[in-house]
Amino acid sequence: MAKSLPELQDLARRVRRDIIEMTGAAKSGHPGGSLSATDILVELFFDYMRIDPKNPAWPDRDRFILSKGHAAPVLYAVMAHAGFAETPHDQLNTLRKMGSPYQGHPDVRFIHALEASTGSLGEGLSLGVGMALGARLDRRPSRIYVVLGDGEIQEGQIWEAAMSAAFHKIDNLVAIVDYNRIQLDGFVKDIMELEPLAEKWRAFGWNTLEINGHDLTEIRKALEDAEAAKTRPTCIIAHTIKGKGVSFMENNPKFHGTAPNADEVKLALQELQ
Amino acid sequence: MPAQTRFENKLGAATREAFGRAVVELGRENKDIVVCDADLSKSTMTVYFQKEFPDRFFSFGIAEANAVASGCGMALAGKIPFVSSFSVFVMNKGFEQLRTCAAYPNVNVKVVGTHSGISIGEDGPSQMSIEEIGLACSLPNFVVLAPADEPSTKALVRAAAAHVGPVFIRTGRPKAPVVYNGGQQFEIGKAVQVVDGSDVTVIANGLLVAQSILAAEALEAEGVSVRVLDLHTVKPIDRDAISRAAAQTGAIVVAEEHLVDSGTGVRVAQVVAETHPCPMEFVGIEGVYAESGQPDELMEKYGLVAANVTAAIRKVLARKR
Repeated sequence: MAKSLPELQDLARRVRRDIIEMTGAAKSGHPGGSLSATDILVELFFDYMRIDPKNPAWPDRDRFILSKGHAAPVLYAVMAHAGFAETPHDQLNTLRKMGSPYQGHPDVRFIHALEASTGSLGEGLSLGVGMALGARLDRRPSRIYVVLGDGEIQEGQIWEAAMSAAFHKIDNLVAIVDYNRIQLDGFVKDIMELEPLAEKWRAFGWNTLEINGHDLTEIRKALEDAEAAKTRPTCIIAHTIKGKGVSFMENNPKFHGTAPNADEVKLALQELQ
Repeated sequence: MPAQTRFENKLGAATREAFGRAVVELGRENKDIVVCDADLSKSTMTVYFQKEFPDRFFSFGIAEANAVASGCGMALAGKIPFVSSFSVFVMNKGFEQLRTCAAYPNVNVKVVGTHSGISIGEDGPSQMSIEEIGLACSLPNFVVLAPADEPSTKALVRAAAAHVGPVFIRTGRPKAPVVYNGGQQFEIGKAVQVVDGSDVTVIANGLLVAQSILAAEALEAEGVSVRVLDLHTVKPIDRDAISRAAAQTGAIVVAEEHLVDSGTGVRVAQVVAETHPCPMEFVGIEGVYAESGQPDELMEKYGLVAANVTAAIRKVLARKR
């Protein structure tokens, strides 16, 4: 059943609370990049993608790849709310613990409903290229969505994949760059500048859109534009804020790969009431 | 082969050529067979597949990492992709993708390296793959094949397609002597005894199978009975055939066109150590990169011909006594 905008926004708030609680309980993990990608994943999983959580192997489903696998907490939280059998909500706080389905990075051996095991940066777009070609060969309606980190696209393989997607005219593939401008060591511009980023994707032959990655309506509109674009793949550059939703985590490189401590969890959850 | 027939050492097609033909046959039988190539289709011989099935042939340009990972993506969408390039490129430039996209999630992708070893000749060391058996075998879930000739390559490419899971197949550039004259069955993980013998066993794969047969025949005249096993599957390794050889012949030589430090030999030695320890000798590339030259010249200079196998047999027999 379609969800209203306020319902989606409320889901995003609850997913953000889960991210804080999960990483807080795990005492490790990557909250910043999970919070920045939350609205993108909520829009995909609860509004736009054609998926059936009760039948995750449905051959005609759309497929989602979290290429920035370290943002696993947001994916787990979203899947838990979506009702996949393998991702119970009441176990989210077992994140990163032995035996948990919620491994440090997404692992298909533990959650078969995941489309791919990710975590080694730079690989997800290639997997998406292959899945998109496979769906096209079988004349399936599936669309493939790949969420990339901004730091991640410093990997050369991303640009190999970008070239090949345009060359093969893959129009059932959408790359979404979570452009939060922070990576592990600091600000992207200081580690390895990506600009002019939209020009790069355009030069590689991609239909390229730039949006506010926290505006669900804008995200939906971009996904619709992507679906309307024929004979070429679409890149959505989603401008986001690392740590979005928690004032002291926003734009703070510390929370790329550091979990909030108990006091910080309490404060964050107050902000996410 | 029957013991009374002498080995003809007649050249057949290259194993890469056999792969190229086999994958076309597979393509005719199964529409899920697809090929991913990296600007070497005229060398890996996937050009045959491209001609017959242009819609199922995907050019990825000179970008092996993406070719491997995209192949894995196709496998995840239900296809049976054969990703091919020179061994040296697909294994080294694609290794991380073979590890994380294929081995770790146990994805049904087939990777075929051509132009393996130093027998590619004139192109020299940058194109010569002498490490990839070690690299491929280090990956959990991978099956690793190194066929000797045209018939065995065709059969094993077919077996690879039928196997569910990642497979690496090592093939070569030059024409390969025909070891099997028809009728032989090949099974992944099951070594083939090509010469029976009782004094010593030579375990070989690839081009070294023919050289080992020649060595066995040369020594037969001196009254030495040499068993030769074609270990076309390096992983999963045939523990039964190896332990039986160790127990029954008491001496083992391993011969391969690969670095001795990391190839078939060390894996055979592990099984021998675990089952029936016996003296062993190793014929392979001794920790060096080769050079340009004609394949035959290179094989001789770097110690990969029948005479080297013969010398190793003599050495191991001296230790056995």
